[in-house]
Amino acid sequence: MERQIRYQREADLEWAHQFTKHPGCERLLSCIQCGTCSGTCPLSIYMDLTPRQVIALVREGFREDVLRSQTIWLCASCYACSVECPQKVSITDIMYRLKREAIRSNLYPKRFPIPVLAREFCDMVRQRGRNSEFWVVFRMAMRSNPKILLSMARTGWELWRKGRLSLRRERIQRINELQYIPATSKEVD
Amino acid sequence: MSEKKNGQVRIGVYICHCGANIADTVDVKAVAEYAATLPGVVIARDYKYMCSDPGQELIQQDIEEHQINRVVVAACSPSLHEHTFRGAAERAGLNPFFVQMVNIREHDSWVHTEREAATVKAKDLVRAAVQRVYFHKPLEKRRVPIHPEVLVVGGGIAGIHAALTVANSGKKVYLVEREATIGGHMAQYDKTFPTLDCAACILTPKMSAVKAHPNIVLWTYSEVVSVDGSVGDYKVVVKRKPRYIREDLCVGCLQCIDACVFKEPKFDDEFNLGLSKRKPIYIPFPQATPKVVVIDPEACIQLRTGKCKRSCLEACVERGAIDFEQKETYEEIHVGSIIIATGFKTFDPRRLPQYGYGRYPNVYTTLEVERLVNASGPTSGQVITRDGRVPKSVGIILCVGSRDENTNRWCSRVCCMTSLKLAHLIKEHTGAEVYIFYIDMRAAGKGYEEFYQRVLNEGVHFVRGRVAEITDWALDPSEEGKLVARVEDTNTGFVRRIPLDMVVLAVGLEPQFDAHEVQRMFGISCSLDGFFLEKHPKLAPAPTYTDGIFIAGLCHGPKDIPDTVMQAGYAAAEAIALADTGYFELEPNTAYVVEEECSGCKSCVPLCPYQAITFKEDKQKAFINEVLCKGCGTCVAACPSGSIRQNLFEDEEIFSEIEGVLAYA
Amino acid sequence: MEPSARYLYYPGCSLKGTGIAYEESLLTTFRLLEMPVKELPDWNCCGATTYMSVSETSATLLAARNLALARQTGSKDLIAPCNACYLTLRKSQRLVADYPQIAQETERFLEQAGLPRLDSVRVRHPLEVLYNDVGIQRLRELTVRRLQGVRMASYYGCQAVRPYGEVDDPHEPTRMDEILRAVGVEVVGYNLKTKCCGGPLTGTIHDVGVRLNYILLKEAMRLGAQAMVTICPLCQFNLDAYQAEIRKQTGEPIDMPILYLTQVVGWALGGDYRELGLHRAISGRKLLEQWFTVRKEAETYV
Ligand SMILES: Cc1cc2nc3c(=O)[nH]c(=O)nc-3n(C[C@H](O)[C@H](O)[C@H](O)COP(=O)(O)OP(=O)(O)OC[C@H]3O[C@@H](n4cnc5c(N)ncnc54)[C@H](O)[C@@H]3O)c2cc1C
Ligand code: SF4
Ligand code: SF4
Ligand code: SF4
Ligand code: SF4
Ligand code: SF4
Ligand code: SF4
Repeated sequence: MERQIRYQREADLEWAHQFTKHPGCERLLSCIQCGTCSGTCPLSIYMDLTPRQVIALVREGFREDVLRSQTIWLCASCYACSVECPQKVSITDIMYRLKREAIRSNLYPKRFPIPVLAREFCDMVRQRGRNSEFWVVFRMAMRSNPKILLSMARTGWELWRKGRLSLRRERIQRINELQYIPATSKEVD
Repeated sequence: MSEKKNGQVRIGVYICHCGANIADTVDVKAVAEYAATLPGVVIARDYKYMCSDPGQELIQQDIEEHQINRVVVAACSPSLHEHTFRGAAERAGLNPFFVQMVNIREHDSWVHTEREAATVKAKDLVRAAVQRVYFHKPLEKRRVPIHPEVLVVGGGIAGIHAALTVANSGKKVYLVEREATIGGHMAQYDKTFPTLDCAACILTPKMSAVKAHPNIVLWTYSEVVSVDGSVGDYKVVVKRKPRYIREDLCVGCLQCIDACVFKEPKFDDEFNLGLSKRKPIYIPFPQATPKVVVIDPEACIQLRTGKCKRSCLEACVERGAIDFEQKETYEEIHVGSIIIATGFKTFDPRRLPQYGYGRYPNVYTTLEVERLVNASGPTSGQVITRDGRVPKSVGIILCVGSRDENTNRWCSRVCCMTSLKLAHLIKEHTGAEVYIFYIDMRAAGKGYEEFYQRVLNEGVHFVRGRVAEITDWALDPSEEGKLVARVEDTNTGFVRRIPLDMVVLAVGLEPQFDAHEVQRMFGISCSLDGFFLEKHPKLAPAPTYTDGIFIAGLCHGPKDIPDTVMQAGYAAAEAIALADTGYFELEPNTAYVVEEECSGCKSCVPLCPYQAITFKEDKQKAFINEVLCKGCGTCVAACPSGSIRQNLFEDEEIFSEIEGVLAYA
Repeated sequence: MEPSARYLYYPGCSLKGTGIAYEESLLTTFRLLEMPVKELPDWNCCGATTYMSVSETSATLLAARNLALARQTGSKDLIAPCNACYLTLRKSQRLVADYPQIAQETERFLEQAGLPRLDSVRVRHPLEVLYNDVGIQRLRELTVRRLQGVRMASYYGCQAVRPYGEVDDPHEPTRMDEILRAVGVEVVGYNLKTKCCGGPLTGTIHDVGVRLNYILLKEAMRLGAQAMVTICPLCQFNLDAYQAEIRKQTGEPIDMPILYLTQVVGWALGGDYRELGLHRAISGRKLLEQWFTVRKEAETYV
């Protein structure tokens, strides 16, 4: 049987303390654990942790539990929770920050398509300045679960017939300007 | 300078240790030694607790033995002990306004950590006070007489209790209520938590007692329209709206209502929150006090068009109480003090559209359900939904319009208990499954936790989570025809969908819609949340910053009936004490106009926040009413010719104080 | 520099691909309103929600480049039709305004890239431009044909009305309904107006994404809507592209046209089928052809 206990030494209090200093995360400490965020979230029913639990875990410093969760990746950034929260906690921004940190510390669920898509997307934008929907999806699928492509074939065909699917790889002219955008930003340690 | 005028000045300086509070940070000995070197200082001492009896005796002794005639006490804030030290001086025969306090605790030892710097600061402040006190003049406190009559505004349980208490002490009370009856919100309830006493059974005897009391003048359907004067003598004008019924003639037989040409009630009944209808001529509820009918001029055909058969008149022909010519009248009264008890309004849940109030007929507020469960309510106590069904499942959502940055930040304090009460009553009336959606269960009060236990044991479901939305959309066959609450049940960790026949919103308590006008008219203040502000949150929760005006009940902030009654009793006691003392002592730090210098420009007149300045047309000079002046200093600074002065803040006093602070030691 | 048009237009990646009908109908509508718009030259991807998940600063810098380019043109209003672009551009403006360290990074980047410093470019959404700058009254006057007896549900998607926008009320938005009524469309009281369509989820966790869209479509049907009107290319795509799959999975007879607001308005103003991109729809084609005038030669696609 698995041990279901948390020792206080597993809690990273310094991390929790620093967390609330980041842009958008300031009101985390006001959370009253009411669950409005989870009730409002269209995706909470698929999540391993509800958004409210994420907030509670961050507050208590259980860093790995949140960074390894699927929840942060399922969050579609719809901001519904942030608008409804009675304490004006920007849950969406907190989710964003956790995603970034999960990528940096390599703790995100492997082969889970969403973080893979995120990286493919960013690579393409950095290299070309624009994203080409077809190529991003193609590369994401190849790197996570190629079966996705099969299920999308029919839709792809429909789109192509209607002139809505371009195979061109877009690129901006002054691509050199993008070289000054740092590859990994400094704001995450 | 005016040295001669002050004769031989002999100053005593006293530095307080306040235990370790000051002495730990400030070198009190050094300050005392320094003070002894200042011009005019005859004696300088330090002592452990200056405010203790021996501390005060020290001052008294020095006054008597060393002929000290000015006193500087360097201790805590004057708001705490100025009174104490002035008293000590007075007992030793010195005019109390020869005492000056220096705050070396809140302004120094408590806010600094560096001993040396804090000591320097203490010396600077003491030097300033010594230089200032040099110029102090003897002042006299003035007394104003107190009219013994008391005005109570608002006839809810707070106003009723306050009025009865004052009246029982033998003083005359005017009780002014805006609605056609007294009783306030409490009259609308069926039972009261936590004892489940019948609200009417405990309230209506007090209502009748008000009506019958020889010392109470009850004016319902009336409003205060202006307030002038100050503590001891407030001149108040009350508007009495026409109810088109002669109160002295109506006996409350209600035959006119039966006789009205409207055979069926057609207009929304305000007392039942629109859950039932009434006629143009009506009585709010059977035990209304006074038991006198009212005619609604918006609804009555005669008053609207002048063309009605007026069958009501015929029914009342013997007594002749109906009077379509009635006009509003104004009464002017003089009272010594005022108790404001104007109560609250409930939060309008339309502001939270996710709960569907106003969109789905079966969404109610707690106040509406109070009427539904009431045996004399619109459904005679049957809990049936607007579409005529007895609900099998009922959900009560807590904290609606409370604890929410988007609406109101405060906890409304009574809605957890109200919801427990209604859960119990609904279950008792219908046998329905009842769900309480709560964030925190607040049941602090005598017998409250026990009541919570009782409701827990009755099998009410307690779902810990704030409902995200109410929808009428069924995702599952079991949800067809129902309202569905979507909520994270934080106890179990599931997001749940719970089908309900009836949703009850435990709406929060808010300041009255006209709280700001009332606040301005009576010259009191509001706290940030809009409720009236008390003088001190712990030690003076019924007095206000305006002398002679007290607040009681919900108008001061959310509270239950027991707390309301306690505060009302306390406000009444203060009003009685004031009246029994017979006078009120005014601080002498008032402003005055030096007439010869006043140029008659009138700049000061509109500036005074207390309306203390009038303009004497005959002399063409401004005049300041000492009784009204609060010593704020606004006019003193504003007068372009510098002709307004202020006691205790004379130019020479202030300038020498400033020089004292700046002369770096 | 050429004289500046009042409105600049930031298409974003989708309007050049799956959302091309949005671009076509938007340009047509604004042409018919005699409010020409000019495409922002050499714009780059806004970063959407995805870039924010990898780096907040970099996402802000991407947006900043577009805002700086807009400033170079001298126009004050930058129309961003895609909800994600709209939100991302506005959010980055807010981050720059609220957080000095982000503002510093941004300034440094713009300097290195030889771009002007940020100025007060106003990021606008076409819905809000139609509502505020054109106005309900004028839309009503300019309407040349009405869709008689067609009921539609207006759907905003999530990001347009959320914290950074000024498109409409975040709880109970009503402006799209008003616009639709002004051009003669009947609207149903749709409660899921701002519920999320899942965004890229249909591509990543496919079944979850499709289920969200099923719920949105089903509710619109239940309320008697015959079509849904969107203002975001991703919403339109998600609702439009998977109806066949939903039919197969649930057996529900869903085949509902998913329109862009600019298609409905453009048509009312006199635009034609093809220039409004109506021929690019996947679902509800029969109804579309029945409602909107079809020219014979428009039958061949691509
Ligand atoms: C749904 C609900 C259920 C509750 N149940 C309970 C319970 O079971 N037990 C309990 O202890 N507490 C209960 N409470 C709390 C209780 O209602 C209050 O504590 C109590 O009513 C406060 O009394 P009040 O006199 O201060 O205010 P109110 O009852 O609001 O009375 C104020 C009166 O002043 C009048 N007025 C207002 N403005 C003016 C004006 N400008 N001029 C003249 N008159 C004016 C009003 O017409 C009214 O008559 C409940 C509250 C709610 C909302
Ligand atoms: S809605 Fe806000 S206050 Fe409530 S649990 Fe979520 S983050 Fe906390
Ligand atoms: S922003 Fe993310 S967590 Fe919040 S409601 Fe949307 S999907 Fe859920
Ligand atoms: S005048 Fe007519 S309408 Fe008015 S109360 Fe009398 S009978 Fe009723
Ligand atoms: S008393 Fe209870 S229901 Fe009312 S605001 Fe406070 S916690 Fe919420
Ligand atoms: S402002 Fe001064 S000069 Fe003018 S009327 Fe008042 S007191 Fe007189
Ligand atoms: S000191 Fe203040 S209160 Fe007194 S008269 Fe002047 S302005 Fe009025």
